[in-house]
Amino acid sequence: MTIEMLGDILGSTIIFAIPLMLVALGGMFSERSGVINIALEGIMIIGALIGCLVLRTFNLSGFGPAHPIIAMLITIGISALAGAVFSLLLAFAAINLKADQTIGGTALNMLAPAFAVVLSWAIQGQGNTVINIPTWIRMTESTFGLAEGTGFWHNLIFKSLYLTTPIALVILLISIIILYKTKFGLRLRACGEHPQAAASVGINVYKMRYAGVIISGILGGIGGMAYTIAAGAGFQSSVAGYGFLALAVMIFGNWKPVSIFFASMFFAFFKILGNYSGSLSFLPQFENIKDSNYIYLMIPYIVTLIVLVLTSKKSAAPKAEGIPYDKGQR
Amino acid sequence: MKINKKAIFSISASLVSILVGLILGLILLFVFDSSRALVGFEALIGTGISTAEKFAKVLYQAAPLILTGLSVAFAFKTGLFNIGASGQYTIGAFCALFAATVLGTPWYISLLLAMIGGALWGILPGLFKAHFNVNEVITCIMLNWTGLFLVNLLIRNIPQMIQNYWAGSITNRTVKLALVEKFYGVQTTIPKAGLDTLFGGSSYMNISIFIAIAVSIIVYVVLNKTTFGYEIKACGYNKNASTYAGINAKKNIVLSMVIAGGIAGLAGGIYFLSGTAEYVIEKSLLAMGFNGIPVALLAASNPIGVIFSSLFISYIQVGGEALQRYQFSSEIINIIISAIIYLSAFSFLIRLFIEKIFSKKHREEEIKIEKEQKGGAK
Repeated sequence: MTIEMLGDILGSTIIFAIPLMLVALGGMFSERSGVINIALEGIMIIGALIGCLVLRTFNLSGFGPAHPIIAMLITIGISALAGAVFSLLLAFAAINLKADQTIGGTALNMLAPAFAVVLSWAIQGQGNTVINIPTWIRMTESTFGLAEGTGFWHNLIFKSLYLTTPIALVILLISIIILYKTKFGLRLRACGEHPQAAASVGINVYKMRYAGVIISGILGGIGGMAYTIAAGAGFQSSVAGYGFLALAVMIFGNWKPVSIFFASMFFAFFKILGNYSGSLSFLPQFENIKDSNYIYLMIPYIVTLIVLVLTSKKSAAPKAEGIPYDKGQR
Repeated sequence: MKINKKAIFSISASLVSILVGLILGLILLFVFDSSRALVGFEALIGTGISTAEKFAKVLYQAAPLILTGLSVAFAFKTGLFNIGASGQYTIGAFCALFAATVLGTPWYISLLLAMIGGALWGILPGLFKAHFNVNEVITCIMLNWTGLFLVNLLIRNIPQMIQNYWAGSITNRTVKLALVEKFYGVQTTIPKAGLDTLFGGSSYMNISIFIAIAVSIIVYVVLNKTTFGYEIKACGYNKNASTYAGINAKKNIVLSMVIAGGIAGLAGGIYFLSGTAEYVIEKSLLAMGFNGIPVALLAASNPIGVIFSSLFISYIQVGGEALQRYQFSSEIINIIISAIIYLSAFSFLIRLFIEKIFSKKHREEEIKIEKEQKGGAK
């Protein structure tokens, strides 16, 4: 293995870790407020769908190729907005109607891909459900006025750099600050642990839970866009189970932002290892096994299962998650 | 009398959900193409009974749906959400196909193996929930993907299961069972028992729908007429209270997930042993397992109700395929179904609402009668 290849592997790991981290952070905000958000997969799909449609418009109008960074910023903003609006459906059912949160989330997960297929079919014409992503969204050395490079650093940073990556890192920092250093974060966490106690000191539990779910919608929407960019084959009305994987990342990261960051790197690393396993001599080759990348794809899930059992006694899962808030309950 | 009333409210709540879902579908058709919306809607509603062959397809798809629906419903009775039916279904499908193609077993043995495979995949979330208090939804989601990847890996590495081993060059599909049947000289597919000729020679028709209905009746009897069923339901209502009453809640949680997994595994076996379906190496989870969720919710987890709700879901799915003839995406069906699940998430509220209207009317009538009686007395 060469140093260039290491850069390649790490670079690809980062680009797949970014959507996982964003969406897992979103799930964390929702669950910390007391609402289980199984609908992350659906939220990602809606965010990606709307984002890709916006990119398509920018591409056709010629605005995108001329001002790639501004166009990308607007796209990410609209993806976030789309995710937030879609998450309101979950918030309304879970908070106002006190419905079963997992069932409501399941409905949204089913709705999102169907809606995406129907809409992209309607917009792009019959049978054409793939929305292509323009190439100008990629940032290269020339974006920053640098000379085109090669080698480790080029592979690590510039081979697949999109605006979503720096934005995601900023979001990680903001999440840490919001959750631990602000009044809002403290109140949010209180609502997820003991909403009645939070209400007794004058916190509006309904508002806080709405905030939690909407934040998860925003991050889920951006995450969906980031995933579609990372996957690279255009938007096909699916995010290939990354919403569910993000749920695993969140649990693996024990509902804490920094741990979620490392967990997402761990999960993405195994995904990439699967892709590179054929050309890395130090990995077990499974020579007699066809499609051995499935083994690497299974590992994160199996590890999560083991971790779930080992940490079940000291899990930091919010105590009131999944329980509809009832004012009268003690 | 009282129980009947409750059932009626429950059924009407489901009917309201279905009606709202269908109206949403109609609106969507109008939004996308108003000129063809009505013919499209007619196809959606009418295709399922338009010909004997279409109706055979409704029954063919309903059979595995009944079973995955039962699987979800059974777990619901113990207070567990079996979102892992998809994984159990996939493992069941693999076991059945492995038995049929590699071992050359007759269909009933293959179905039994499918059931055991599904049960093994169901025992894990049960054990995790009972002994480590890990949320079964999370375990099930992990196992869905693990199961899918595992089955893909196994099928790719067992040459007898793949088409190109027998004939042709396709490498990502399992073999047509008709070829296997000739080779082993054993009935590997589910028997048709002459039903295919009854339904206009449809290749979809076999006895699987009767197997599914029989399983529903067995589940109904187990839940409502046995001590085990009573214990399971008691755990669902209140785990702590049932433990206090001397019921072994942990054992019941594990058993309930084993049975739910077994039924979902059987569903996979039934679908893929029909002889018309081939397992294609999939990148995403199989929808049949997930569609068990709306089936169970619509039926309010009643095993007999599951038969009717899965017939309905299968019926509109067949209608959805016909939608494509009018240049509509068949995915509109999934929007309708998801709207129905969304509504059933708070079906309790709808039920309450219906009960309120009824009791109000009832009260008004009573007052009216009272007044009339008073008037008569004067």
